[in-house]
Amino acid sequence: MKLVVNGTSHDIDVEPEMPLLWVLRDELGITGPKYGCGIAQCGACTVHIDGEAVKSCQVEIGDLEGEVTTIEGLGTPDALHVVQEAWIAHQVAQCGYCQSGQIMAAASFLATNSTPSDAEIDEAMSSNLCRCATYPRIRAAVQSAATKLSEG
Amino acid sequence: MGKVKTIARRSFLIGSAAIVGGVAFGTYLAKRAIPNPLLQGLAEGEAAITPYVKIDATGITLITPRADKGQGAYSIQASLIAEELDIDPATATITPGLPDPAYFNGTVLAESVPFPAYDQGKIAETMRDFMSVPAKLLEVQITGGSSTVPDGYVTLRMAGAVARETLKEAAARQMGVSRDQLSTKDGHVILPDGRKIPYSDLAPAASKLDPITDIDLRDPKEWRILGKADTKRLDMVAKCTGTETYGLDLQVEGMVHATVRSNPSVGGEMVGFDATEAQSMRGVSKIVPVSGGVGVIADNTWRAIQAVNAIEFEWGPAPFPESSEQMFDILEAAVGEDDKYDHRQRDEGNVDDAVTRGEIIEASYRIPYLAHAPLEPMNAIVRVTDDACEIWTGTQIPLFVRNKAAALTGLKPEQVFVYGHPMGGSFGHRLEMTHVEQTFELAMAVKGTPVKMTWSREEDMAHEYPRPAAVAKARGKVLDGKVDTFDMSVAQSAIVSGWFDRLMGRPVPGPDATITTGSWDQPFDIPNYRVTGYRAPDMVPVTSWRSVGASGNGFFHDCFLDELIHAAGADPLAERIRLCLHDTSRKVLEAVGEMSDWNGPSLGPNRGRGVSFCMSFGVPVAQVIEVTNTEDGIKVDKLYCAVDSGPVLDPTNFEAQVSGGALFGLGHAMSSELTYADHATEQTNFDGYEALRLYQTPSVEVKALSNAQKIRGIGEPAVPPAAPALANAIFAATGQRIRELPLSKHIDFV
Ligand code: FES
Ligand code: FES
Repeated sequence: MKLVVNGTSHDIDVEPEMPLLWVLRDELGITGPKYGCGIAQCGACTVHIDGEAVKSCQVEIGDLEGEVTTIEGLGTPDALHVVQEAWIAHQVAQCGYCQSGQIMAAASFLATNSTPSDAEIDEAMSSNLCRCATYPRIRAAVQSAATKLSEG
Repeated sequence: MGKVKTIARRSFLIGSAAIVGGVAFGTYLAKRAIPNPLLQGLAEGEAAITPYVKIDATGITLITPRADKGQGAYSIQASLIAEELDIDPATATITPGLPDPAYFNGTVLAESVPFPAYDQGKIAETMRDFMSVPAKLLEVQITGGSSTVPDGYVTLRMAGAVARETLKEAAARQMGVSRDQLSTKDGHVILPDGRKIPYSDLAPAASKLDPITDIDLRDPKEWRILGKADTKRLDMVAKCTGTETYGLDLQVEGMVHATVRSNPSVGGEMVGFDATEAQSMRGVSKIVPVSGGVGVIADNTWRAIQAVNAIEFEWGPAPFPESSEQMFDILEAAVGEDDKYDHRQRDEGNVDDAVTRGEIIEASYRIPYLAHAPLEPMNAIVRVTDDACEIWTGTQIPLFVRNKAAALTGLKPEQVFVYGHPMGGSFGHRLEMTHVEQTFELAMAVKGTPVKMTWSREEDMAHEYPRPAAVAKARGKVLDGKVDTFDMSVAQSAIVSGWFDRLMGRPVPGPDATITTGSWDQPFDIPNYRVTGYRAPDMVPVTSWRSVGASGNGFFHDCFLDELIHAAGADPLAERIRLCLHDTSRKVLEAVGEMSDWNGPSLGPNRGRGVSFCMSFGVPVAQVIEVTNTEDGIKVDKLYCAVDSGPVLDPTNFEAQVSGGALFGLGHAMSSELTYADHATEQTNFDGYEALRLYQTPSVEVKALSNAQKIRGIGEPAVPPAAPALANAIFAATGQRIRELPLSKHIDFV
C-alpha cells in the first residue's frame, strides 16, 4: 500500500482496517497526531487529507484517498504556519497534547473561512477537546490568525 | 485584620501523609545533607556545582525535578535557576534528571498541619517548616499540591546563585583577581576589563572548588526574567509544532508495543482468560498475564488493542459495591454517624445550643466520582535486563516508581533509571502507577526488549482512581440579617491512606484531612461555626484530583453559605466580605466585586450571577459567574476570578493556570460524572464522560493581587470556586437551588 504524508511517499504493508492514526504513529513514526479517544470524540488525531481536517482515528487506511498532511507538514519551528504563529503569540498550550489537533482543525477551517464569526469559530472548533481548557486562548488565536490571513 | 479564633486541634491530621509507619527520625538524619546526585558519573571537564546545574564543554543543563503535566513546571523551574545563574534559559538543556532523594519536596506536606493556611502565627509556621523533615526522610519527590513554585522559589534561585558564584570564584583564581571584581551575563563571567569567559570554559576548574554558598539572593527588583509581563513558556514552540515528545511519542530502539486489559472492577482479580483467537492475530508476539489482567505484546499499538479486545475473560468479584446508588447510600449512612467520626478541626461558638432556638435551615449536598481523564492516556516504556531497569514515562512520583521497580525486579534502586517525560495532562492521574507496574510485568516477560505499554482510552477510564464521591449535610441559622450558625458534616472515603498503601505498601493510620479540606479552613468568622468529617468505608479506590478535598468542599461550603446569606436577606458579596477575617482574602472578594461591577445577584430578566470564595493551598480565590437562562437552558456568559498567591513569577502562564483551573472546575460542575453499574464505570470514553468544549466556554477575566507575602502555587486553587459560583448564579437567574453535581442532572446547559 502506498500513502503520501507531508509530501513523502511511503510503502506500507498493513491490514486495510488499520486506522490512519496508527499507521502514522506506529508504522511511520510520525507522532504529531495524537491518540486521545479513538472514537472521534477528542480531535487530538486531526490531520488534513487534501487540505481538509479529518480525525485520523476514523479513517481506515484501505479507504484513504488523497494526500495526508500532519502538524509536522503544516509548519516547523523554523518555518511556522500562520496558525502556529498565532498559537505561539497567544501562548495557547498548557499540556499541549490536544494542540496538534486544534491547530490542524483551525488551519483547515480558516482556509475556507478567513473572516469567521465567533459563533462559527465555536462551531468549527468544538469537536476538539482540550482537557486543560485552553479555550479562551484558542478563540483568541483563531481570531488573530484569521485577521492575518484575511489581510493576506 | 480580624481576629483569628482558636481552632479545635484535637487531632494532628496527617491526612496528607507525613509520619508514615512511625518513621523515627533523629536530628542527625533530618539535618544530614543529601549528596548531590549529579556528582556520580561526572566526566572529566563536567561540573555539577549543585544538584540543579550541570555544565560541560557543550553547554549548560538545568535539572527541573518537578514534573511537567502542562502547568509549565519545567519553564518556571528553569527560569528560577536562570534568574540567578545569568543565562537565557532557552539556551540551556532542560531535563527532569533522574529521581533522587535530593529532590524531595519540602513544601508539599506543609499545609497538612492542623492550622488553616491564613493562620501564619509562630506555632503554625514552625509546624509547617517542620513538615519538610518527614518529606525529606520519606524521600517524597512528588509533583503536586500546587507546591512546585513555593518549594523551588528559594531552592532553585539559590542553586543558580551558588553555581554563578562558584564559576566566578574559578575565574577569579584563574585571572588572579578577586571574585567581587567580576560580574556575570548571558552565560559568561565578565572580567574587570570587559573580557568574557564562557561558563563552559570554567567548568573544569569550578568542579574542583567547594561551592560558594554564602550568598544573598537578588532583590526581585533586579530580576530580568521572573515577573516580566511577556514571559514565554520554553515548551511552547514544540507544543505548537507537534515536536514535543510525550511519553506516548517516545521511540526506543528495538521496542515492541503493548496494551493491557485488567478487571474493570479496579482491584478485582482475573480468574481466567481464553486468548486463542488473540494469539493468532497479526502482529501479536506474546500474551502475558499481569496482575489483575492480561497484556498483549505486538508490533503496533492498534494491533495490541484489537487482540486484547478478542480475549475472553473471567473476572473475579469486585472489592466495592455494585452501583453508584449503593455507594451513595453508604455515604448517606456515614454522614453524622458517631462510629464514622473522623475529625473536627473547626468548632467555634456553640452550635448545639444555637440550633435549639429559631428557624433552622437544612440542606444536603452531593458530588459524584470524577475521572481525571488527561488527554494523553497512561503509558510507559520499560526495559529490564539482568543489571538494569530503564523506565520512560511521565509521572508525578518518580522516586516511588524507582523504588517499586527495584522491589519488583530485585534490582538495587541505583540500577533503576526513571526518565521523566512531559505529560499530556494529569490532574492527579499520574500520582498513581498501576500502568507502570503492569509494564514492568510485561518487560520482565521479554527481558532485554523495551516494551511500550499504552492503555486504550477505555482502559484508562475503567482504571481511574477517581476523585471520591461525597455527601454533606448542613444546617444553619441567621439572626438580624446576618449569618449566625453554620454546621456542616461531610462524609467521604479516605484518599490518603489507600494511596500511600499503593505507593509504599503501607496505609497511613489516622484521620484523613482531605474529607473537609476546603470547608473547615475558610477564613470566615461566624459566631457558631463547625465542620466535621466522617470517614465512609473504602469503596472504589480513590486518589487526589486537581484541588483534592477542596474540589468538593469548596462547593459544599460556599453554596451553603450562599443559602444562609440569602435567608438573611443580605447581599452575597457584602456578607462574605463582612464575615471574612483575613485581610488578603477580603481584598480578593472586593477585587472580584470591582471586576464584575457587582451590585447584587440580579442582572435583569433571566439573567443572574453568583459569587463564590474558596481558599485552598493557601490561596484565596473569589469568582463571579454570570449566566443567562435561555429557552434551551443555561448559558454561561462570563467568569471573573480574583486570586492572591503572592508574587507572580510568570504572568502569562499564571493567567493560563487560573483560567484553565476555573474552567476545569466549571466544566466538571456542569456535566461530568463517573457513575458505576455492575461494579464498573458506566462511562468508557469521552462520549459518555462529558467535558467542557469551546462553545460552552465563557469569557474569562483574571486578576492577581499579590498582597500575600508568601508565594504559593496556582495550578489548583482556581478550581474549587467555579462550581459554587455557577450554582449560585443559576439560583440568581432561575430561583432553582441545585445541591448536586453535576448540575446537568437538574438543568440543561447550552
Ligand atoms: S483520537 Fe481521534 S478523535 Fe480522539
Ligand atoms: S492543552 Fe492540555 S489538553 Fe489541550
